[in-house]
Amino acid sequence: MNPLIERIGHCVERGKVNKSSPYPVDMRGHDGADELTRQALDAAIGPDAILQACHEGMQRIGEKFSRSEVFVPELLMAAKAMNAVMAHLKPFFQSGSVKTKGKFIIGTVSGDLHDIGKNLVAMVVEGNGWEVIDLGVDVKATRFTEIVKENPGCVVGLSALLTTTMATMSTTVQEIKAHFPDTNVIVGGAPLSSAAAEKMGADGYAPDPQGAVAFLRKLSIHE
Amino acid sequence: MKSLLTALKKGNVLVSDGAWGTFLHQRGLQPGDCPELWNITHREDVLAIGKSYVDAGADMILTNSFGGSPTRLAHFGLQDRSSELNEAAAVISREAAGADRFVLGSIGPTGAVLMMGEVSEQTMYDGFRIQAESLKKGGVDAICVETMSAIDEACLAIRAARESTDLEVICTFSFEKIVAGEYRSMMGVSPAEMVHAVKEAGAVIIGTNCGNGIEPMIRIVKEIRKVDPSTPILVHANAGMPVFKDGKTVFPETPEMMATKVQELVTSGANIVGGCCGTTPAHIRAMVKALRGN
Repeated sequence: MNPLIERIGHCVERGKVNKSSPYPVDMRGHDGADELTRQALDAAIGPDAILQACHEGMQRIGEKFSRSEVFVPELLMAAKAMNAVMAHLKPFFQSGSVKTKGKFIIGTVSGDLHDIGKNLVAMVVEGNGWEVIDLGVDVKATRFTEIVKENPGCVVGLSALLTTTMATMSTTVQEIKAHFPDTNVIVGGAPLSSAAAEKMGADGYAPDPQGAVAFLRKLSIHE
Repeated sequence: MKSLLTALKKGNVLVSDGAWGTFLHQRGLQPGDCPELWNITHREDVLAIGKSYVDAGADMILTNSFGGSPTRLAHFGLQDRSSELNEAAAVISREAAGADRFVLGSIGPTGAVLMMGEVSEQTMYDGFRIQAESLKKGGVDAICVETMSAIDEACLAIRAARESTDLEVICTFSFEKIVAGEYRSMMGVSPAEMVHAVKEAGAVIIGTNCGNGIEPMIRIVKEIRKVDPSTPILVHANAGMPVFKDGKTVFPETPEMMATKVQELVTSGANIVGGCCGTTPAHIRAMVKALRGN
């Protein structure tokens, strides 16, 4: 692998956004994802190769997170570094020369204002090559069905932190399924379990962001 | 203003309150409504919840101000009403508690992550200062910075409370069991790391809240005691991990179940015990009975 590409993947994994970022401490003063991506593009390295390295970097940090070797801050910073790469690659996506794996609609269900978990999943899924449409927090069931209608073939992710909003999550799953029985819905959040997800009628349960990526990967293999 | 530390020095174990949110919802708070606004719009309901814990025998109650920072209130467009809502929360709890029992002013996380640059340290500090000052004005005895997961945010809240009031400050973190079997907060903080950081910032009572039931709390308290034999520990335990049953959220631990474990929690080193999500006045009454036999 081209050393420049390898370094970009490493920056994503370590959450090194740009040269001025003080994080992580041991990479202080080094070029970050931002500078290295620019250099790679200037050296005529294709966006696909850069993306592949990023996906691998996100995959590594996501797996470390699943194993509790790193925690939320490390994952957030990795996603931030990934965003820095994506800013440079946006034109390639817009022109259609690079394609996403599909559309992933995500939101925290109605009545719940917590967004850290939802953001983590959104960022990791995006880092894995999906187009993510983030509807934010406190999203009503009707809003989800509207967006699903506008984006045929999308996958939906629902998040909740509050124990009191688990009931709302259940009705949201049912509402989406009533209108779009073929749309895959995955749920996640602190009060949930795979048993609870199954009871709600969801297609999958993601205990962590990497769980969502694994679910999406399984879908694309089957299709 | 009364001193919790003085009360604890007598060797007493004190009992705190249980869940508030569940009861706000039972009384009609809708998902998506601002709980703190109820201090103005549904004052009697909030007062009744506080009183229910006083009647259950709690030595202290908290305030309905967990999400009262301007950053959090901004979700409801209420960021400019932080002083008013926090002060009202304190006044209500003081009325419920009377002069003899303690009132702890609740300060929860803002929901923003400092490391990501979502808000500045100064903004966060200023918000916590507004909360602490207003809670003091409303008559609380101490400030309880609770459910924290990040060291930087917790320490800002503690410092804001210490620097703007003369109140004793408590700080609790929420921990969960990670793959390796140890306990860490969402942001990766271990109980030992929490102890060092929050004491340095000025917390005089430390502890843990929320979580997955009373049993894990016993283990967390033991971990804290390994690195700190003397600082008083407060525990607000959930009534277990919620299960979703027949369209409703149910907490598995009954008052009796929690009461049978509360003595072990105290023996392990807890000095103040109470409940978090899923606990009720019945849970608190059962704890009081288990500890005091009446």
